[in-house]
Amino acid sequence: MSTNVQKFPRQFPIPAGPGFDPGLDPRLPTRTGTPGSKVGPVSVGHSVHPVTAEPPKVGLSEICLRYRTQSGESLLALDNINLQVRAGEFVCIVGPSGCGKSTLLHLIAGLQPPTSGQILIDGKPVQGPGTDRILIFQDHGLFPWLTVGQNVEFGMKMKGILKAERKEKTAYYLRLVHLAKFEKSYIHQLSGGMRQRVAIARALATEPDVLLMDEPFAALDAQTRDLLHDELERIWSQSGRTILFVTHNVREAVRLGDRVVLLTFRPGRVKSEFPVELPRPRHLEDPIVARAAGKILDELRDEINRSLEAEYNEGVKPRIKPEVEEVRI
Amino acid sequence: MKRAARYLIFYSALFGLWTLLAELKIWPPYLFPTPWGVGQALYAGFQDHTYWIAIRVSMQRVLIGYGISVVLGMILGLGVASNKFLEETMGGLLVSLQSLPSICWWPLALLWFGLNQNAILFVVIMGSLLSVTLAMEDGRKQMPKIFGQAGRNLGATGFKLFWYVLLPASLPFIVSGLKQGWAFAWRSLITAEMLYLSLGLGQVLMMGRDLNDMSAVIAVMILIIAIGYVVDGIVFKGMERHLQNKWGLTPAT
Repeated sequence: MSTNVQKFPRQFPIPAGPGFDPGLDPRLPTRTGTPGSKVGPVSVGHSVHPVTAEPPKVGLSEICLRYRTQSGESLLALDNINLQVRAGEFVCIVGPSGCGKSTLLHLIAGLQPPTSGQILIDGKPVQGPGTDRILIFQDHGLFPWLTVGQNVEFGMKMKGILKAERKEKTAYYLRLVHLAKFEKSYIHQLSGGMRQRVAIARALATEPDVLLMDEPFAALDAQTRDLLHDELERIWSQSGRTILFVTHNVREAVRLGDRVVLLTFRPGRVKSEFPVELPRPRHLEDPIVARAAGKILDELRDEINRSLEAEYNEGVKPRIKPEVEEVRI
Repeated sequence: MKRAARYLIFYSALFGLWTLLAELKIWPPYLFPTPWGVGQALYAGFQDHTYWIAIRVSMQRVLIGYGISVVLGMILGLGVASNKFLEETMGGLLVSLQSLPSICWWPLALLWFGLNQNAILFVVIMGSLLSVTLAMEDGRKQMPKIFGQAGRNLGATGFKLFWYVLLPASLPFIVSGLKQGWAFAWRSLITAEMLYLSLGLGQVLMMGRDLNDMSAVIAVMILIIAIGYVVDGIVFKGMERHLQNKWGLTPAT
């Protein structure tokens, strides 16, 4: 595995405002490099201890996934994925469609086992689903036969938490996503953005350590997505949760993540990791965000072209020109 | 209002025609009774409690039989849907068995259970079990996978997963099958009841024939239709409407 790591220099001095820097949060363990990769100490003006005694929050070692297609051939979807995520870190995983990034989240969620390799949470191997890691699906996966409140309550009910406590927490998490008024509504009565917020509340209500988000905002319009970015960043900085966020939108990844992990097209391998050291809060339209995204996109482009070639098979091979929307600043 | 008017016109025309034909006396009254004759038979039947008892006995049987079918059918359907081996082997068998009219199980039921209530229940179960099983199998397959994943993800396992997630998630897809199962159960019951002294509606119907009382025959037929219609219209239509409101599905027209 050759992981190549790039860094973005700060474009502007850090504003001395309330911008959230997870590295300065004393509750969180310090940042460590990914073993096997050459992540240098990050230059954010605080000391970095390269080794900590605590195991990473999420540790993936040598994850491979092979499955049989309908035509009977064996396909390698994920190949030797190694990734360490420390507690409280916001890691974004990008890659072309078909690189297995969603599948990787399903594996971490325990919804299916990897063919080989190990998934560790706090150093303990994952055996099936658990409410310490909750997956938020792209099409939200909310239960249409339950009200908004009952959806948020669901995980707690499965855990056997008493009704009074469930009610209280449901109200709290609905307030957190600004949906307190919609407790009695059914899912189909909500807009796409509201549904995704319910999904976030439902996930948070089980109080997981790790949130796994599978392109949660991909189907939303731009304004709603911007709003949810802000909300997610706020919730993350308040709760100190670890987030693994899968997206195909590089700028979204840079907007949100402490680190962006780029996967290759089939089989999915970790191609590069990019620590993002831009000050928070960030905005999708910031030139520095766009510039950082441009760098990642340059690498991603090769993978996208490979995926397009595979998709069009032996027909015309379209190529993405360097001047795509993402790099224009 | 308009709909009520249409109903009124249609049914008064129907009754008018019936009365006219009966009054013309083309056929003798014991073969073609007047609507009043049938009305009187209905009144008399309820008056001497024959119909009340028959309805109670029949409903009790159909509820037990149908209930067993629903429970068994759901288990079988889930099994067939989630096991590739069962699906390939039993799936085809179930479909072919469905072409067998349920009353064909009657001789077998008689030999196994004897001439009693259990034989009738058996026929009712065999009549509706397959519809429920096939509906459940189909519903389980049509149900979006994401619900099961989300449920497991949130900590639901085993029976909890079935009861709180898989069952409610597949309800909109199986409600038509449940309805069909009910219709088959009701028909099988009446058929089986006609074949022996059973106290149910089927026997009361045959009694009318034995007494050469056409008014009573038609009266019981009307009862059988009415009960089937009421259960369908109240229980199943209500269930469908309830599901549509919750899920935000547009009502099927």
